[in-house]
Amino acid sequence: MTGDMPGPLLDIAELAKRFTVGARQGLLARATSFRKPVAPLPQLHAVDEVSFTIGRGETVGLVGESGCGKSTLVRLINRLLDPSSGSIRLGGAELADFKARTFASNPHRARIQMVFQDAGDSLNPRFTAADAIADPIRRLKKMSGAKLTARVEALADMTGLPRELLSRFPHQLSGGQKARVGIARAVAVEPALLILDEPTAALDVSVQVVILQLLQQLKRELGMSYLFVSHDLNVVRLLCDRVLVMYLGKVVEQGPAAEVFADPKHPYTKALISAIPQAEPEQRIGRLRLGGEPRSPIDPDPRVCRFYGRCPKGTPRCAEEMPLLHPAGPARQVACHFA
Amino acid sequence: MTAVPALSVEDLSVEFRTRSGVVKVLEHVGFSVDKGETVALVGESGSGKSVTAFAVMGILDAAGKVTSGRALFGGADLLALGEHDLAEQRGRELSMIFQNPRTALNPIRRVGLQIADVLVRHGGATRSDAPRAAVEMLKKVRIPDPERRAEAYPFELSGGMCQRIMIAIALACRPALLIADEPTTGLDVTTQAVIMDLIGELAGEAGMATIFITHDLALAAEYCDRIVVMHAGHIVEAAPGRELFAHPRHPYSAKLLAATPGETVSLEKLASIPGGLPDLRRPDLPACRYSDRCERRLDQCAQPLPQRTVGERHVVACWNPL
Amino acid sequence: MLPLLRHARYVLSENPITGLAFGLFALFLIAAAFGPVLAPYSPLQSNAAMALKPPSAAHWFGTDQLGRDIFSRVLVATRLDLAIAFASVILAFLLGALSGVAAGYFGGWTDRVVGRLADTIMAFPLFVLAMGIVAALGNEVINIVIATAIINFPLYARVARAEANVRRDAGFVEAARLSGNGETRVLLGHVLPNIMPIMMVQMSLTMGYAILNAAGLSFIGLGVRPPAAEWGIMVAEGANFIQSGEWWIALFPGATLMLAVFCFNLLGDGLRDIIDPRMRT
Repeated sequence: MTGDMPGPLLDIAELAKRFTVGARQGLLARATSFRKPVAPLPQLHAVDEVSFTIGRGETVGLVGESGCGKSTLVRLINRLLDPSSGSIRLGGAELADFKARTFASNPHRARIQMVFQDAGDSLNPRFTAADAIADPIRRLKKMSGAKLTARVEALADMTGLPRELLSRFPHQLSGGQKARVGIARAVAVEPALLILDEPTAALDVSVQVVILQLLQQLKRELGMSYLFVSHDLNVVRLLCDRVLVMYLGKVVEQGPAAEVFADPKHPYTKALISAIPQAEPEQRIGRLRLGGEPRSPIDPDPRVCRFYGRCPKGTPRCAEEMPLLHPAGPARQVACHFA
Repeated sequence: MTAVPALSVEDLSVEFRTRSGVVKVLEHVGFSVDKGETVALVGESGSGKSVTAFAVMGILDAAGKVTSGRALFGGADLLALGEHDLAEQRGRELSMIFQNPRTALNPIRRVGLQIADVLVRHGGATRSDAPRAAVEMLKKVRIPDPERRAEAYPFELSGGMCQRIMIAIALACRPALLIADEPTTGLDVTTQAVIMDLIGELAGEAGMATIFITHDLALAAEYCDRIVVMHAGHIVEAAPGRELFAHPRHPYSAKLLAATPGETVSLEKLASIPGGLPDLRRPDLPACRYSDRCERRLDQCAQPLPQRTVGERHVVACWNPL
Repeated sequence: MLPLLRHARYVLSENPITGLAFGLFALFLIAAAFGPVLAPYSPLQSNAAMALKPPSAAHWFGTDQLGRDIFSRVLVATRLDLAIAFASVILAFLLGALSGVAAGYFGGWTDRVVGRLADTIMAFPLFVLAMGIVAALGNEVINIVIATAIINFPLYARVARAEANVRRDAGFVEAARLSGNGETRVLLGHVLPNIMPIMMVQMSLTMGYAILNAAGLSFIGLGVRPPAAEWGIMVAEGANFIQSGEWWIALFPGATLMLAVFCFNLLGDGLRDIIDPRMRT
């Protein structure tokens, strides 16, 4: 580790996670089936060969509907879950080499942290705000005593949390205050990459503004990169430099946020953007209504495009050849035969 | 415009008795919804929008009490009706759908039967032909493969589908008024668009009046005819959606718009709203509950709020509107 | 600590019955601590001349068949009974709660093993199992404690398992892992404190049951042996005399037993309200 490392902060390559579905055969069945081969169990492809990078100081947005694999991807990156295959490189270190179970004691643990969607749920009901913020510092930075208290107070100041609230329990705090505690805890160990999982979903719009501006400020001050997962495309548009669109475990489009929103190329992205509510709907460019339900993520046919069937376009080619991500402009990629 | 509105709420005030005092949750709330019209009740948490709906439906928490007002619906005052009469109205003439569709459905009863239940109770169907009518409703809310889906339990269905089931239950008896309490919060934006279109279409077909409760101004503007903005238990402004976005007249509405992403170009341009909600337990609440944090406050603002008409169907409760 | 005491006072003021239970519990503790000193007579001293005397000014609870003062015996027995109850509860908690949270949190084989163990214990009528354990291990007080702990194990394990299972996917558990807490630390430092309120209720309910269990075993001659003063034995001895009209020998120890169980049950509810931070406003 000599000098300043060039290259992206986070480099994800061919990352995949498959879950086995259905009950395993019991001991007796397995023992008595020595004649017939045991059929392979169906696999749910939650994340399917995903590749992307996050640069230093960059905010990358991740959007997609529920069930697209966002949450699984997030858990793979922050190492709470082990991948089935693929690589997760953080500043050159291959994190996929380490097991999730023991990652808590890994020296790289402090480099990736997360702000949770439901701040209330992510705070231990029996810990005060101070305890919650102090926990990672105690565990990962081995600080204690007066030094720890000073650090906790500094973090409270940094996140706009009044010091008197540090001795309160989560149920005594408002939504905005809980969000600040969650943020203070996440940045306490000065991570290089901060994952934000819908951090303002449960907040009123006026509180949301303050929290988003705080996040922007902290990013600059502490030199972090952000992975911003959200349903709210308007917020993604505001905050993110680049955006990734996921569908059924695959990245279907990626590029600079402003461009993707102004000129979406993948039909799913078009549908997503055209669904954002606005006061003057006639001004909307190309309304695309998406009916139906997504295809099953269990043992999907590798030749068929995941969006086939729901896509307004849909040719026989889409059912025979899986579209791969290909360049569609400088810094843009789309996975569609028609883009 | 001389037709009797489907619902007319007048001077509604609601209090909650809590361990730490009496909370004056709603004060002098009044608005109306015409037949076939969609009105959005928009506000942040604590604005009282859900309480208004619960009060009209008669499903307020036990600690809640309506201290004044009327809710005229179908020639009767809903707030004065006894529980039995109210129960007759609910489901038949007056219906509601809730947030979190999966939890609002009975988890251990097949969805087809849940729709059939309403048809039997209020729609005059018999136990034997209700299931068929239920499948017809499923077709109406565009659930694919309705005969099979009618046998499903809520946990087997996605959020969007559960919400369609709720809509089917709510509209089974063709009510005159539908109240939708944040029906798309938690749903994906694509599903949200489809559900909103569906409600709009079914409402239009039946000439049904709809009250739509949400915190999302843009959603309200796109799908509703009029928006009623609430703040701390008061109605501060009411206007057609487009008019509100173009010309907000109440300082709070303007600030709310300025804080909503989507209308702004950059994060720096977004402005938060200074101050916070007043403590509604205070005995000395000012006449205008926004005045404590309003930069346009005048001495006059200590007086009871006016109702100023500032445009076509555009009313604002402010002494110093923009 | 101070906010805890303030909250405790608030809970007690809201709920006078809980206050009563605490008061009663305090009395029991005093009796257990100072029983032998406070007793007017020696619990073991027999006096044939004063046998079978009904309650009077000299003997508040009357005397038994050997002329021993029943009040003194009841008072002194408090120490033994409470000690048995506390010890069994703590042992049951350690065995049951710890295996239960591990089973609920880790699932898999841990869950299966703990589950089978609990099932095996529950396959027996519990009191019969307790009898069997005491008979097998020997007629000592310590074995009553072990037997009671074992028969309570499934209950604790099951409750702890359910609570841990619910919290396994909670956000704060994930956050704890992100903060560098290893699995064991998450379990003991983050999950366990959250299930303490319900464990408290469990513990004080089983305290009552533990006393009843000990009394029951002594009633049939297992565990505590005469001439030791213990509520169960006293009820057993007094049972023989009810028919002949000496009701006080069985009644007073029985009533004290009942009062103790009642007190512990109420205590559990009150304790839970105090410990659970969600009740603090």
